Amino acid sequence: MSSTAPNAGGQTKAEEEDFEPKIIVFCCNWCSYAGADLAGVSRLQMPPYFRVIRVMCSARVDPEFVLRAFQKGADGVLVAGCHPADCHYIGGNYRTRRRIALLRILLQQFGFDPGRLKLAWISAGEGEKFQKTIIEFTDVVNELGPSPIGSSD
Amino acid sequence: MPENTNTEKEKPRIGVFICHCGSNIGGFVDVKAVTEYASTLPDVAYATDNLYTCAEDGLNNIKESIKEHNLNRVVVSSCTPRTHAPLFQRTCEAAGVNKYMFTFVNIREHCSWVHMKQKEKATQKAKDLVRMGVARARFLEPQEETKVDVTPVALVVGGGVSGMTAALSLANMGFPVHLVEKEKALGGFVKNLHGLMMTTKSANETIKPLIDKVDAHKNITQHLSSHLASVEGFIGNYDVSIGGDGAEAKDVKVGTIIVATGAVPLVPEGLFGYKEHPNIITSTEFEELCNKKELPKLKSVAFIQCAGARGQKVSYCSRICCNVAIKSAISIAENRDNMLGVTEEEGGVVEEPVAEKKAEDEGLDRRRRRRGRGRREEGEAGEESAPSSGVDITVFNRDVMAYGVENELEFNKAREKRVKFIRYVPDNLPKVSVKDGKLEVEYFHETLKMERTMPVDMVILSTPLVAQPDAATLSQLLKVPLGQEGFFQEAHVKLRPVDFATDGVYVCGTCRGPADIAEAVYQAAAAASRAAIPLANGFVQAEALTSRVDETKCTGCGTCVEVCPYGALRKSEEGISEVIAAACKGCGCCGATCPEGAITMTHYTDLQLLAEAKAALEEV
Repeated sequence: MSSTAPNAGGQTKAEEEDFEPKIIVFCCNWCSYAGADLAGVSRLQMPPYFRVIRVMCSARVDPEFVLRAFQKGADGVLVAGCHPADCHYIGGNYRTRRRIALLRILLQQFGFDPGRLKLAWISAGEGEKFQKTIIEFTDVVNELGPSPIGSSD
Repeated sequence: MPENTNTEKEKPRIGVFICHCGSNIGGFVDVKAVTEYASTLPDVAYATDNLYTCAEDGLNNIKESIKEHNLNRVVVSSCTPRTHAPLFQRTCEAAGVNKYMFTFVNIREHCSWVHMKQKEKATQKAKDLVRMGVARARFLEPQEETKVDVTPVALVVGGGVSGMTAALSLANMGFPVHLVEKEKALGGFVKNLHGLMMTTKSANETIKPLIDKVDAHKNITQHLSSHLASVEGFIGNYDVSIGGDGAEAKDVKVGTIIVATGAVPLVPEGLFGYKEHPNIITSTEFEELCNKKELPKLKSVAFIQCAGARGQKVSYCSRICCNVAIKSAISIAENRDNMLGVTEEEGGVVEEPVAEKKAEDEGLDRRRRRRGRGRREEGEAGEESAPSSGVDITVFNRDVMAYGVENELEFNKAREKRVKFIRYVPDNLPKVSVKDGKLEVEYFHETLKMERTMPVDMVILSTPLVAQPDAATLSQLLKVPLGQEGFFQEAHVKLRPVDFATDGVYVCGTCRGPADIAEAVYQAAAAASRAAIPLANGFVQAEALTSRVDETKCTGCGTCVEVCPYGALRKSEEGISEVIAAACKGCGCCGATCPEGAITMTHYTDLQLLAEAKAALEEV
């Protein structure tokens, strides 16, 4: 009800094609999942192409999960955790930060656009940041187009 | 154990309950279509929709359907697990399904409420989310929560005010306490001080009753001149080896541990001419001189606040120094206990009126001051505000932090006693120099906008409390974290100020940051009560969701031991990792780290999460 974000409803008319990006969002239970909940409670509208997978801590996200998601045809993967120094599990988010940084390098070395992988810090109070992150990341993935891997089931 | 229960071996029979949540979901998602879709998914034995799944009707529907359709897994597709999971889990348990055989799918906060204008796409997303939940549910396993026994004995590290208070509190509750102090005597930092704020008693007189009680208590075993040599174990079951000077190490078994190791004052090397003249001293050294009655003759004293603090050597405000300086300034002004060593014939010292008033009744004195400024100005002003010792006292400060009721009153009292408070800014620190053997403070007067020079007899540097130099060693022994400034770091700055994130270890007093005596005492009382909970219960409930190590895959590389924030993994005698279930919090960091894939994070297994991701990406 309160959303006035420019692209809240998904793609603009000019961009509207058949492409519906598949975006996997790993959310830690304590901060970013709660942030996503708050976005919902606040009725902040977002493009409907992301699917949230809840984990207890962003540090639970094995780099392999990300690679598997891309292998199975994800067009974008977002990992969201607590802000630095605010991790429910003391410092799990620092591990995540290192892993994602390395993973992006790895993706690039394989000729895969590292822009398809994003790390975000979203607290339980940041519903708007969750919305903004989803809108922006959906835009980025739209811009990049369908993943070159595609679905290989 | 969970692995062997029947449910796991049974073929999954999943029940899916999809909630309209009135129109909250139903208004923006075609719930009937989602339900119909759910019934086509693999292993789904039953799918239905409810107007409100969380209402009694809905809950009864779950229970009845479990029986009727012989369900062994339940998926509820409604709001958020953060609020409603416990309710549905209890419902499952009531109908004989293990609560970990339940999966929550959020189609309200994450779907209907955020895609309100796109019913078709929201419905598609809801179908995807349900498919993900069902995929996950197929791999669920039942879990059991286990209890771990607790040794009802406590260990307190540090025999200062905090440590003694904590030990005494626990001992009074009836628990045996081991109190470890590295020095020869109890009393900590305070025993070296002379005077304290808001009392005319000396520091030693003030803490003597505490020491006496600790000495006399039958439940407290003191280990003086001792330190922790090694700590093994976890909440409820610590094996601690206490090493002494030359003595043989003593092994004790304890259930909980309180860290109360205190702090030390910063030595202001290279700041404000420290050590360049015997009369440039720290506030702690001032206390020692007072104790030894060796204070030199003084006519003019300058305090410099924040010496080394707030951006110089350390970043923080040490909180207590303003009040300590105010206390010291008042003591000098009153020549308390004839601390200046001035004989009466030298004059300038008014002994009787001030001393007598002070000795009267402090509470009355305070009340009077609180009640009537006006009255005092009329009548009593003369006797109260007379500069007594004739010593010029100046406190150079960035700002005076006399927080709280009592401290502000003391601040006022100091000003009444003609103590001057002069501000400086961090870009323009006062300079202390020695000219012909005499001390001078050069400073920029911020109000007058003028450079000034003040000759003084003594400069007292108010240096901050800093972390114990051996805090890092203890932090490693106990596997608890230090913050950026080297102080121990509590589990949560607001809500868990005396807990560590590691269960079974607690913190109080100045080892977690500067605090005055009263604050240290209530932190200690708080830590003692927290530490008493597991001791009183006699057991701790271990998390059901802990990681597990596959011994056949583990190569003993130790990476998981390194990354675990809780010290919940250790190497077994065979050199492979093992999980201490009572210490594990279930974050799953180890599982993501293990290069061999030997660690499984219960309830968030690779299998379950990958199934969820794969289902999300399926083309339908």
